[in-house]
Amino acid sequence: MSNLGIVMLVHTALNRAGQVARHWTASGCPVVIHVDRKVPDKVYAEFVAACSDDPLIRFSERHVCNWGGWGIVAASQSAAALMLEVFPDVRHVFLTSGACLPLRPVDELVTYLSDRPRVDFIESATTSDVSWTIGGLDQERFTLRFPFSWRKNRKLFDAYVKLQRALRIRRHIPEGLVPHMGSQWWCLTRQTLSAILQDPKRATYDRYFRRVWIPDESYFQTLTRLYSTHIESRSLTLSKFDYQGRPHIFYDDHLQLLRRSDCFVARKIWPNANRLYQAFLTDQAGAMKPAEPNPSKIDRVFSKAVERRTRGRDGLYMQSRFPRHGNENGLTSFPYSVFQGFTEVFEDFEPWLANITGARVHGHLFGPQRAEFAGGETIVNGGLSDCAKLRDYNPTAFVSNLIWNTRGEKQCFQFGPADTQEINWFLARDKNAQISVITGAWAIPLFRSNLNFADIRAEAARLQQIETKQLEILSSVWTKARLRTWTLAEFVESPVEPLQAVVEDAGTVQTSHLTEAPKMVDLTGFGQFLQNLKNQGMHPYLMGDFPPDDSFTNRIRPYRKPYLVQ
Amino acid sequence: MRLRRKRRILRCLRKRRDLVPVSVNTNSIRRKDILLISVIRNEKIRLPYFLDYYRQLGINHFLFVDNASDDGSLEYLAGQPDVSVWRADASYRRASFGVDWTNYLLRKFAHRHWVLTVDPDEFFIYPFCDTRPIRALTDWLDGCAVRSFSAMLIDMYPEGPVEDAVYSEGQNPFDIANWFDAGNYTITKNPTYGNLWIQGGPRARVFFRDEPKKAPALNKIPLVKWDKRYVYVSSTHALLPRGLNQVYDEWGGEKASGALLHAKLISTLGEKAQEEMERGQHYRSSGEYRAYAKHLADMPEFWCDKSESYINWRQLEILGLMSKGNWA
Repeated sequence: MSNLGIVMLVHTALNRAGQVARHWTASGCPVVIHVDRKVPDKVYAEFVAACSDDPLIRFSERHVCNWGGWGIVAASQSAAALMLEVFPDVRHVFLTSGACLPLRPVDELVTYLSDRPRVDFIESATTSDVSWTIGGLDQERFTLRFPFSWRKNRKLFDAYVKLQRALRIRRHIPEGLVPHMGSQWWCLTRQTLSAILQDPKRATYDRYFRRVWIPDESYFQTLTRLYSTHIESRSLTLSKFDYQGRPHIFYDDHLQLLRRSDCFVARKIWPNANRLYQAFLTDQAGAMKPAEPNPSKIDRVFSKAVERRTRGRDGLYMQSRFPRHGNENGLTSFPYSVFQGFTEVFEDFEPWLANITGARVHGHLFGPQRAEFAGGETIVNGGLSDCAKLRDYNPTAFVSNLIWNTRGEKQCFQFGPADTQEINWFLARDKNAQISVITGAWAIPLFRSNLNFADIRAEAARLQQIETKQLEILSSVWTKARLRTWTLAEFVESPVEPLQAVVEDAGTVQTSHLTEAPKMVDLTGFGQFLQNLKNQGMHPYLMGDFPPDDSFTNRIRPYRKPYLVQ
Repeated sequence: MRLRRKRRILRCLRKRRDLVPVSVNTNSIRRKDILLISVIRNEKIRLPYFLDYYRQLGINHFLFVDNASDDGSLEYLAGQPDVSVWRADASYRRASFGVDWTNYLLRKFAHRHWVLTVDPDEFFIYPFCDTRPIRALTDWLDGCAVRSFSAMLIDMYPEGPVEDAVYSEGQNPFDIANWFDAGNYTITKNPTYGNLWIQGGPRARVFFRDEPKKAPALNKIPLVKWDKRYVYVSSTHALLPRGLNQVYDEWGGEKASGALLHAKLISTLGEKAQEEMERGQHYRSSGEYRAYAKHLADMPEFWCDKSESYINWRQLEILGLMSKGNWA
C-alpha cells in the first residue's frame, strides 16, 4: 500500500468521482470519500454499492456542505480521521474534490511526496498578504459573525456586517491562533494532521471557526501553523478562480494546456469532458517528464479571462459590453487626429499630411453630403458606409466603429463648423483624440466664394456661432482630448511650428523636421474682407487680430514657399 | 412592469386555443434536457439542416409551432422522434407575431430547462462552440448564476446578387452565404425594458439607407434558463422580468455572448418577401418585407470589398461582435 491517502469530497457527478477514486486505488493509494448529505440516500447507496468491491475505498460520515459553511471543514475532518485510523501506512493525506483530476502518473506524486516526508503542502498566508478575498472581507472574516448566507441572503449578510462594524462588535480570536488563509486543497503529513485532529483544544477551535466566514479556506491553514515543522505554502492542486471567486472549469480543449502545466492534480474538471478523463486516467507513464509544477501558462489564459470580464477591450461597444457614461476605460480603441481649418488654410493639406505621416487621411467625415473617406471610398473597413443619414443616425458610434475597425492604423479626419456637431462631447472626452483647431478658418472659403455678400454675412454668423459653441465644449473641464487651438491670425503669422507639433502627434513615423510645407492659399484681401463683415454689423472675432490692409499677408509671404529648410 | 408581464401571460394562455397538437413527444423530455423552440411557416427546405445543426450542438428536444404551412413542413416534423409539433392556423400577427404561442409552450414545457428560441434561419454560435457542446455553456452559466445569454443577429449574405445564391435542401446555408458586415452596428439602450437595441449590418446599409431608424433590430436573447413566470415581449429581443435583459456589462467589462448567424439573405428571400407582404402578418404591417420587395426588384447586392468572410467564432470574438467574457 502506498504512503499517500486521498480524501475526496463529492457532491455531484458521482460516477466521475468513482472513476477517479479507482484510478488512485489502482496505484495503491487508499481513498476516503465524503458524499454531501444533500445527495439523496438512494443515489448514495448505489454509489457505495458500486465501489464496494474495492477494499481501498471507504466512505466517511456525511455532513451537509454549503459554500462558505462549516460543513466542508467537518467533512474534511471526519474523512481525514477515518483515513488515519484505517490506513496506518499513510504518511501524506491529500484533500481533493470529486471534480479533481490527477494529471501526472500517481507514482510520480507518490515519489515526489516520499522525497519530502516532512513537508506540508498548504497555501497559508496572513490576511494582510492575500489579494483575492471575496466581498472585501479579509481580517473581518475572523472577527465578525456570519449567520446569513452570502449567496442566498446577500442583503441580510451585508446589513449584518455593517451593523457589526457600526457597533464595533468584535469576536475574540482564540489565544495562540494567527489567522491564515489559502486554497482549501491541501496535502498534509500524518504528524501535522493528527496533531490538529487530536488537539486537546480542538473543541474551542472548532467552536470558533464554525462562525468564521469560509472556514474551509482558513481552518487548516491557520492550525497547520501551530504544528508543522516545514510548510510549503502552495497547493499541489491546480485551481484557478474567476473574479467572483468561482473556480474556472477545464474542458476537453484544455488538454494540451493541462499537459504542459506539469501539475499533479487539477480542478475543476467538467464532468462531461470525456477526452480529459480518458487522456489522464489511462496509463500514461512517460507521457510527461518529471518536473516541478509550472502553471504559469494556464495562469495567463485565466488571468486574461478575468481581465476581459472586468475591464474589457477599450473602445469596444457591443452586445455584452455597453459601458455607462464615464465607465468606458477609453472611449475609442486607438489614437486619432482631428483637424479643423487646415484644409481651408492650405491648398493641398490632405495629400501632404498623408505623405508625411503615413496615416490614413480622410476628408470631412461629418460633411453634410456624405462621409468623405480617404481616396473617395464609399465603404470602409467593417462595412461602414459613407451615407450621411446612416452616419447621423448615431454619429458617436460612427467614430468609435471607424476607430475600432481600423485599430492599428492611424486615422486623421477634417472637421469644421459646417459638419454634424453631435460628436463634440464624445471627441472632447476621448483621451485618444488629438484635436487641432485653427479658429475662424471657415471664413476663408467664404472669402473665396462667389456668393452674394448678404448670404456670406449670414453664413459667417452661423458658422461663428457653431464654432464658438464647439470651442466651449472642447475647453470644458471634462476634456480629456489633446487639444491645440490657434486663431487664424496666429497661425498664418507663423505656421511652421504648429504644423511641426501637429504632424508629430499625427504621425506613426517620427518626423524629425519638416522639410516640406503645404501650399498656403492666397489671402490677399482677406483683411479687407473681414473689415467688410464688420462694417456690415457682423463681428468676426474667432480669426484673431487680422489687420485690414494686406501688410500682414504680405509679411508672411515667405512661408508660402513650397520648400522650407530649417 | 409586473402588470405588463401578467398581461403577457394571460394573453398567451388565451392564445393556447390556437395550438392544435399534431405530434407531441414531450413525455420524453428529461429533467436536465436542453430544449429548442421555433415558430415556422413553409420552411421545409431549411428544416433538415436546421435539425442536424442543433442536434449536433446538443439540443435534446425540439418544440415547433407550424403556422399553416402547405409545403410539407408539418408532416416532416411529425415524423421526427425528438420533435413535438403544434399546428396553429390562426393569425400570426394577432398572436403577437408568434410570441404568444412560444410563451405558452415555454411556460408549459420549459420550466427549469435551458431553452433556445430561434427562427429556422438562425444558427446559434457561442464561445468554444467548435470544441464544447451547448451543455458545457449552460452548466457554466448555471455555475455563474446567469439566467440568460445574449446572441446578436449577424446577417450573412452571398457574393453577388441574392437571387443567385440558390439554396438546396440539406445544404449548409453558409456555403452559399458566407459574408457579413464586421463593424457598422449602432447600439442604444432601451429604457423601457433595459435591453440594448442594436441596428446596422447589411440590411441597414442597403435597404434602410434613407430611414436607418426603421432598420431591423439585431439584439437577441435566445438562450434562457426558463421559469414559468418569464415571458418574451417582442420576438426574442426582450424579456420580462427586466433583469433577464441585463446581458451586457455597464462598468467596462465584457460578459460572455454569442451570435446568431442569420441565413435570410439568400434566394428564398424573394419568395418569402412576396408571400409575407401579401399576408401582411409581420411586424409593422410587414414593412420590413415591403422594403425588401421594393429593393429586390433591382437585384440587390450586399457584398462589397470590405465584407468579411466567416471563418469561426474566434474571428467574431476578435472583431468584437461576441465575447468569451470570463469563460476560458
